Amino acid sequence: MANYYKLIVMGLMTLLAMIAANYGRDAAYQAQALVVMLFAATAFIVTLRNTDEPVLVAVREQTYFDDVVRYGVIATALWGIVGFLMGTFIAFQLAFPALNFAWADGLANFGRLRPLHTSAVIFAFGGNALIATSFYVVQRTSAARLWGGNLAIWVFWGYQLVILTAAIGYLFGATQSKEYAEPEWFTDWLLTIVWLAYLAVFLGTIMRRKEKHIYVANWFYLSFIVTVAMLHVFNNISIPVSLLGSKSVQVFAGVQDAMTQWWYGHNAVGFFLTAGFLGMMYYFIPKQAERPVYSYKLSIIHFWALIFIYIWAGPHHLHYTALPDWAATLGMAFSVVLWMPSWGGMINGLMTLSGAWDKLRTDPILRMLVISVGFYGMSTFEGPMMSIRAVNSLSHYTDWTIGHVHSGALGWNGMITFGALYFLVPRLWNRERLYSLNAVSWHFWLATIGIVLYAAAMWVTGIMEGLMWREVDANGFLVNSFADTVAAKFPMYVVRGLGGVLYLAGAVIMCWNLWMTVKRSPALQSATLVQPAE
Amino acid sequence: MSKKNNKTDVPTTGHSWDGIEEFDNPMPRWWLWTFYACIVWAIGYTIAFPAWPLLRQATPGVLGYATRAEVQKDIETVELANATINETLSTVALADISADADLRAYATNKGAAVFRTWCAQCHGSGAAGVQANGYPNLLDNDWLWGGSIEDIHTSISHGIRNTQDQDTRFSEMPAFADILEPNDINAVVNYVMSLSGDAKDATQIDYGATVFLDNCSACHAEDGSGDRNQGAPNLTDAIWLYGSGYDNILAQVTQARNGVMPNWNTRLDEAEIRAVATYVHSLGGGEASK
Repeated sequence: MANYYKLIVMGLMTLLAMIAANYGRDAAYQAQALVVMLFAATAFIVTLRNTDEPVLVAVREQTYFDDVVRYGVIATALWGIVGFLMGTFIAFQLAFPALNFAWADGLANFGRLRPLHTSAVIFAFGGNALIATSFYVVQRTSAARLWGGNLAIWVFWGYQLVILTAAIGYLFGATQSKEYAEPEWFTDWLLTIVWLAYLAVFLGTIMRRKEKHIYVANWFYLSFIVTVAMLHVFNNISIPVSLLGSKSVQVFAGVQDAMTQWWYGHNAVGFFLTAGFLGMMYYFIPKQAERPVYSYKLSIIHFWALIFIYIWAGPHHLHYTALPDWAATLGMAFSVVLWMPSWGGMINGLMTLSGAWDKLRTDPILRMLVISVGFYGMSTFEGPMMSIRAVNSLSHYTDWTIGHVHSGALGWNGMITFGALYFLVPRLWNRERLYSLNAVSWHFWLATIGIVLYAAAMWVTGIMEGLMWREVDANGFLVNSFADTVAAKFPMYVVRGLGGVLYLAGAVIMCWNLWMTVKRSPALQSATLVQPAE
Repeated sequence: MSKKNNKTDVPTTGHSWDGIEEFDNPMPRWWLWTFYACIVWAIGYTIAFPAWPLLRQATPGVLGYATRAEVQKDIETVELANATINETLSTVALADISADADLRAYATNKGAAVFRTWCAQCHGSGAAGVQANGYPNLLDNDWLWGGSIEDIHTSISHGIRNTQDQDTRFSEMPAFADILEPNDINAVVNYVMSLSGDAKDATQIDYGATVFLDNCSACHAEDGSGDRNQGAPNLTDAIWLYGSGYDNILAQVTQARNGVMPNWNTRLDEAEIRAVATYVHSLGGGEASK
């Protein structure tokens, strides 16, 4: 019966999207509506083909729902390549402005591709990794199949639709000019629906768990899902100019808008890229190391401290602006207090290896997971330091910020995701092992050297340009013009681009390795891999 | 500490999720104490600095710190230190600024800083301009509106062709597409090119000369050397404001672009304007006062 409702909803959605594509006021909106139409129509047809077909519910409920995890793993790898490729390209656009080709102006210039890069890596690559791993982890640690029938599949495809409409919007210039929240109202509404469905699947699975306690990884995943929902809704409160156009007007204005944006922006880092990925860390490190988590107490305390304190740290993005001093002080104080709660995760991750350190010599996957925790520790020390007002007066607006973000994103989020993918693929496709551990080692070193080149180049240019901006002569006159600082950064911009090439090369090797694992690795003989959820 | 943790006799919590167990280790002491220390520091810091929002306003902090007051103090310190020399700079006759070595050095440094902040966006940080886009090079001897310190001062103060200042320098080259036939324009472009080198089509030069005399010489002078009173460029020196070559010159004659510069007298004070005029005058093309 439910299928009939789905058919009605998808049919209506196809029709409405068709109308919207026809009457849309701008190219971005029309293209987005076309994509929505295609998705809805496909969903309609697929649902129709399955309607009134027999479903073996009893058998299905005995196994884990891993199809959606497999989809997610593939999407993560693909979006990762797209995002890294974009990032490398725009890095070279900054070094060589001629790469902003005249024929692609207004489509592939830096301004259009930059949000495409950030959203592709954070939301498409990182988001798919989070959704896929959370579905995998919550089933195993709850000993229960995902709640909601095949709602998880809808979440997966809905999320891909959000990514596509956002990307189309960026290319055609539909943006609300909020960093990491660039998509216009249309995409925002879509994401809200998908995200609430995601929350329902995750929470529903936890509620039907057969374990007495909720595992720590799931606390982190749940806090990530709940908080991102709240952040997303508040930061995107805007009124569409027309229901048939992409433009909308923000409800907040001026410094209130800026504060809302950076409350969102900082917690996108805090809950999307930190809390969510700590959830991954808490599952994959103990599994791969085959060791118990180091300290239960530490995990409780640092979890609650982290989620309580992170939410207040946003104002440090607005030091020395129109934001009142008191708000900036509070943001800075909370940021510094945040240092130890962040490190709690690092300690728990690293100390879990005590008694198993020798495995680092033989297991490149574990090495990848461990170095990601190392980068996590480094950037969560650097962050509180940069939030200090005096340090920020030098670092703000410089490339140091870019370097900081990337040591966290490439080092922590990227590496732990790679580790998780290496862990997951053999298990999800019933393979004995990965196709090549040697290739994992290559990936590890390429990525690590790439990150070092990137971060080092950005530290140098960041501090250099900060010092050049503030340099004054004996009479108090500025010594450098802005263009002088841009010219001085050129060599380091090239180094940064090369770092990106190495990182991208590592990811390509990973995709090849995962592909070969599925294609060539010997299949696992025993059929017990997909365990019944007892 | 790690020695203790390496012992395997620490009990686990007794739970097991998908084979994952948890040790019941205490929190590392150094971690806990550093956390406490950060909290204590944060409390102290928020007492010292403006921090906690109350009903009417936030706590001001016992140190009386404010970022706006701090930057104000910095600015006042510099302004106070430079007050005397700024007073001199804004009152002496323009031609006398360069006569006094100290004043000249001060004005040049100050002017360079003003230039990097306000002028470099169009004229380039090295003042070489962007010729093809109509941003004049300030390093050479080729002046549109005059190269004496007084002329430069007027250009900076009142700007060029803006709508904000009554005294702005103004002139407007017409779009000859509305006035001349295409073959006339073609001929005059060839003539203009011949003034500083080779024409594209030498057979057009003679006819072009008559078109020039009838239509262009009122501003650009009969010999094409231009007129600084109207900002009409010299066409004989192979320096082109909107790009060289037949196509660029044709484009300018057909649909003239007339560059605009803001009047800086509303954004910079007199000392700053004089300083940046002195700086530009010193770049190599400065001419003597009349």
